[in-house]
Amino acid sequence: MQLKEVLDKYPQSEDYLIEILMDYQKHKMHHDLTEEELKTIAKHLDIKESRVSSVVTFYSLFSLEPKGRHVIQVCHDVPCHVNNQTAVLNTLKTMLNIDVGQTTDDEMFTLEYTSCLGACDKAPVMRIGEKTFMNLTSNKVKAIIAEYRGRKHA
Amino acid sequence: MINLKINGIDVEAKEGSTVLDAAKEYGFDIPTLCYYPDLRINSDCRVCSVEVAGSNHLMTACSTPVKEGMEVKTNTSKVYNARKTITELILANHDTNCTTCARNLNCELQDLANTLGIEENRFEKVLEMDAVDDHNPSIYRNPNRCIKCGRCIEVCKDVEGTYVLENQGRSNEVKVAPKYGKYLSEEDCTFCGQCASVCPVAAITEKDDTQRVFDAINNPNKHVIVQVAPAIRVAIGEEFGHKSGGQWTGQLITALKRLGFDRVFDTDFTADLTIIEEGHELLERVKTGGTLPMMTSCCPGWINYAEQQHPDMLEHLSTCKSPQQMFGALAKTYYAQSSGIDPSDMYVVSIMPCTAKKYEAGREEMQSNEGMQDVDAVLTTRELAKMIRSQGINFNNLKDGEFDTPFGITTGAAAIFGATGGVMEAALRTVSEVVNEKPLEKIEFEDVRGFDGIKEATVELGGNPVKVAVAHTLKHAETLISEVKAGKSDYAFIEVMTCPGGCIGGGGQPYGTTNKKRIERIESTYRVDDSMPVRKSHENPTIQKLYDDFLEKPLGKKSHNLLHTHYHPRHKKV
Repeated sequence: MQLKEVLDKYPQSEDYLIEILMDYQKHKMHHDLTEEELKTIAKHLDIKESRVSSVVTFYSLFSLEPKGRHVIQVCHDVPCHVNNQTAVLNTLKTMLNIDVGQTTDDEMFTLEYTSCLGACDKAPVMRIGEKTFMNLTSNKVKAIIAEYRGRKHA
Repeated sequence: MINLKINGIDVEAKEGSTVLDAAKEYGFDIPTLCYYPDLRINSDCRVCSVEVAGSNHLMTACSTPVKEGMEVKTNTSKVYNARKTITELILANHDTNCTTCARNLNCELQDLANTLGIEENRFEKVLEMDAVDDHNPSIYRNPNRCIKCGRCIEVCKDVEGTYVLENQGRSNEVKVAPKYGKYLSEEDCTFCGQCASVCPVAAITEKDDTQRVFDAINNPNKHVIVQVAPAIRVAIGEEFGHKSGGQWTGQLITALKRLGFDRVFDTDFTADLTIIEEGHELLERVKTGGTLPMMTSCCPGWINYAEQQHPDMLEHLSTCKSPQQMFGALAKTYYAQSSGIDPSDMYVVSIMPCTAKKYEAGREEMQSNEGMQDVDAVLTTRELAKMIRSQGINFNNLKDGEFDTPFGITTGAAAIFGATGGVMEAALRTVSEVVNEKPLEKIEFEDVRGFDGIKEATVELGGNPVKVAVAHTLKHAETLISEVKAGKSDYAFIEVMTCPGGCIGGGGQPYGTTNKKRIERIESTYRVDDSMPVRKSHENPTIQKLYDDFLEKPLGKKSHNLLHTHYHPRHKKV
C-alpha cells in the first residue's frame, strides 16, 4: 500500500499520527519506517519532524531499521519464563541461527522479545506477526518455523 | 490574595502563583532542576516535591498553584528523602567527572547534590557512554552529562520555534537530541545557543575556543587584536558576582589588556558603520524600488534561520555584513595597511554574547584576503570570564581602561545594538536626519524599545510616513515573515534578533539569564547610550574619517567588496 493511500484514510490531524504510523508500517514488507516517509507524514500533518521522530523512537512497536518479513516476538515475562520459555527461545535461536534482536540473512525472520501478551495461562507463548502461538514446546516451534519457511507468501 | 500555611507559617500569595513562588517570597528555598523562569513548566524532575496536607502523594511546588487554606510542608524527612533519591538516580545516569567538566562549580546538579548532602550514591552507575556532538563550530553537545530536564527542548520549541531538540527514545534510554539522534550540523539548527544558556549542567555548551586564543596571544609573531560586542559590557560583571543592570566597560578593557591582547577595540565602531551602510541601503531600496521590507542582517542566528527556512526571502535581507564581520574585514585590510602589519600575522578575536557568531566567523564569504578568515576566533562572554579567572585577573579590582584607536571611538547609537529594537533605533536616528536634513528633536524612538515580542513604529521620512517593525526570537520573526509572504505587510524595514531581548540575552551570556535580567541589561544599555557624548552613528568622527581615508562613500566599491555579502539557501538533507 502506498503511503498516500494510508494518509488519505485518516483525518489530517496530529491526533492520528500513531494510527497512521501503525497502519503504514503494517503494510511494509520489512516493517520499518524510513526518514523520507516520516518526513512526508510530518509534512502532511503539519507537525515537526523532530516530534515524529520522538514518537517513533518512543514506541518499541515502530522501527527505523528494516526487519525480517516475519517478526517473531517471544514473551519475556515471568509466567513464560517459569514455563520453560528458555527452551523455546534456544530452539528458535538455533533454527534461525540468530540472536534476539537480529534478522536472518535471507531476511525472512527477526527475533525479538516482547512484554506479556496476556496469555499466561497458556505459557510459554510467542507471536509471529499478528498470530499468537501458545503452549509452546521445542518441537512445536520447529514445526511452526518449518511451516513459515515452506510458505511462499506471508 | 490567597492565604496558606508553609511550614506552619501564615503566608499570603498572589492568586495564580505557585507554591514555589510563595515559598521563595517567604524565605523557604525549594530546590529545582527542570524548572526555569520564563519557560513552560513540565515538572519532569520532581526535585521540588513538597507535602501538601490532604494529598496522599508529594506535589511539585513548581506546578502546584496556591489555594486558600492550603498547608504545605517543604522540609519534612519524606520530602528530603524523595529529593535525595531522585537526585541519586539522576547521578547514577550522569557522567560525574565533575572536576574535568566545563560547569564545575557552576552546575545546578552539583549544587543540588551538595545541598542535599549526597556524599555517596546508593545506586549503581548505569550510564552508558555515548558519543559527543562536536561537528559544528558553535555548540558542543555531551549526552553523557544530560539529565533530560527538557529545558533546552522548551527553549528551542516554545521560545524560538525552531523544534530542533526533542526527546528521542524512551525510559532510561531517552536522549535529548535532534531527530533520529543526528548531529546539530545536520539539522536546521541556527546555533543561537539558547539551549546552552538554559542547560543546568554541561550537556550543551558553547564550543570552547579559549585555548586557540591563548595560543595566539602566546605566539610572539602574532599581532592579536580583540573586538568587544556592545552586549558584553552590560553583562560581564555578572560573571564576577555583580547584579545585572550594571555596566563594566572600563574594567572589561583593562581585563582584555591584561590578558595580553595587543589592541582592544570596540565592535560598536563597526556597529556605527553598519548603520551608515544599512541606512543608505534602505534609502537606496526605497528610491529605486528595491525589495522591501528590508530586514536586518546583524544576527547570525537569524541569517541561518532565513537561509534554512525561507530561502525565498533572502532578497529581503540587508546585504550588510554584521558588525563583527565588518570589523574583521576592516581589521585585515584598512587597519593592516595603516599599521603596516601583514594580515597573515594578525589574529582577530571577537568577544560576543553569541554562539552563532562562531559559525558566522567561519563562513566562506567572510574572507577579505583569500584563504584567510577575517575573524579568527569568537569567544562568548562566559569563555572570556573563564580566561580572566584562569589568569588570576581580579576583575573587580581593575581600574577602567580605554579602547585603542582607530576602532575605539563610538556612539550611543552603536551601544544600543545589544537591545532588541536598538539597531532599528540607531538606523532611524541616522536615516531620519539624512533624509529630513535637519536634526531630530528627540532622538529616542520609544516605540521600538521594550520587551514586547513584536514592536512597530511609524516614522516621518521626507514627509512620508514609513512603517517599521522589530521582532525578537525567531518565533516572533516567523509571524512577521508570514505577513510579508502573505502580502499583508506594509513595513519598509524590519529588525530581527534571534535571542529574547536581543544580544544582551544571547546564548553566550552569563548563566542564569532570565527575562528579568534581560530587561535590566536593556535598561543599562540605554544608560550607556545616554552617557555617550555622540549618540548618532553618522556623527561619529572616526567613521567620517574612515570614509575620507579609505572607504570613500557608503555603498561604494570598497564597501561593496568588504562590508557587504550575499546569502545562500541551505536546505538540509533528510
